[in-house]
Amino acid sequence: MSESSNTQLPQSYWNPLVAGLILGMVLLVTFVTTGHGLGATGFTTRFTAWMGMHIVPVATNANDYLGGMVEDGKPLSAWITWQVLGVALGALASAYFAHRIQFQMDGRKFLGGSKRPVTAMLGGVLAGFGARIAAGCTSGLGLSGGAVLSLAGFTFLCTFFAVGLLVSRFMKEEK
Amino acid sequence: MEIIISGLLLGGAFGFVLERAGFGNPNKLTAQFRLSDWSVFKVMFTAIVFAAVGLMIFERLGIVASEELFVPPAFLGAAALGGALVGAGFAVGGYCPGTSVVGMMSGRIDAAIFLVGLLLGTVIFAGIYPSIEALTTLGEFAKADALPEALHVSSFSVNVVMVFAAVGVFLLGSWMEKKSSGPVSSNSK
Repeated sequence: MSESSNTQLPQSYWNPLVAGLILGMVLLVTFVTTGHGLGATGFTTRFTAWMGMHIVPVATNANDYLGGMVEDGKPLSAWITWQVLGVALGALASAYFAHRIQFQMDGRKFLGGSKRPVTAMLGGVLAGFGARIAAGCTSGLGLSGGAVLSLAGFTFLCTFFAVGLLVSRFMKEEK
Repeated sequence: MEIIISGLLLGGAFGFVLERAGFGNPNKLTAQFRLSDWSVFKVMFTAIVFAAVGLMIFERLGIVASEELFVPPAFLGAAALGGALVGAGFAVGGYCPGTSVVGMMSGRIDAAIFLVGLLLGTVIFAGIYPSIEALTTLGEFAKADALPEALHVSSFSVNVVMVFAAVGVFLLGSWMEKKSSGPVSSNSK
């Protein structure tokens, strides 16, 4: 959108077959070394518990959902914390070397125009709430659950794509 | 120490590939739902099939034991409802939880806002958990957690079908990409 401080043009994205094969290898190695797959909201849930522990300790301890995570006082002490930190660092390295780091409010054209901050916030709330009902997100339940041929994983993927297709019909494109 | 290194390395590779695929870009991600860019289907299908076939081979070779792999429990109603909400959030917000981290790290403010929303959604869930706890175990399928056991077929048969389905996704997707504006590139405005 706006011009970047980077003078070089961003590199092209990888071919989806290549990206899919490499992602499959990463997922396979993750299963072989840890016994489970990759995820994301395992961390954001623990992070929520961690923030709660510091901001409203009494309420967090008493909470039926988050209380168990703060019992030992170390909700972030888990493999998924390091994995998500890794995702952030890996994405940063990739974007940097591909000349794709750009400070911007992206997605205006298809996702609400000037109301883009509102759609971003609303989408996050829906996804955060939904991932707790399913006990996983697109990575943890869809991708990883699909790789072990789980019924829950395929069920998640089916409604994820069906509802996504449907809801995106209501998002108007800005001309 | 071991979990730190394994988490950082595997997560690092995960984030790197997602960014290289263009999955930090909300225009590209949501173009899957507009059916003009099939990268999300193609990448996810390929990765799932590759890992599923790989796990099957490793199990036969005795490298991994299937009972040691985490298979999510078959609360199919919960998975369906959660999937619907995450799908709606994706269509409205432009990301899923993992890709919003990738978007934020490439400088996208909207992705950072999505992440704040994600935490807020978690807080709301935790706040009303006692009254909605039943939703998280909705629709349990008691007989099996995985497709081969549920259908009484071998994982080999399921994988064969999945390979054909993946080829089908590539053919259908590439055909629909040609008919529309096509895949979103890293330079497009």
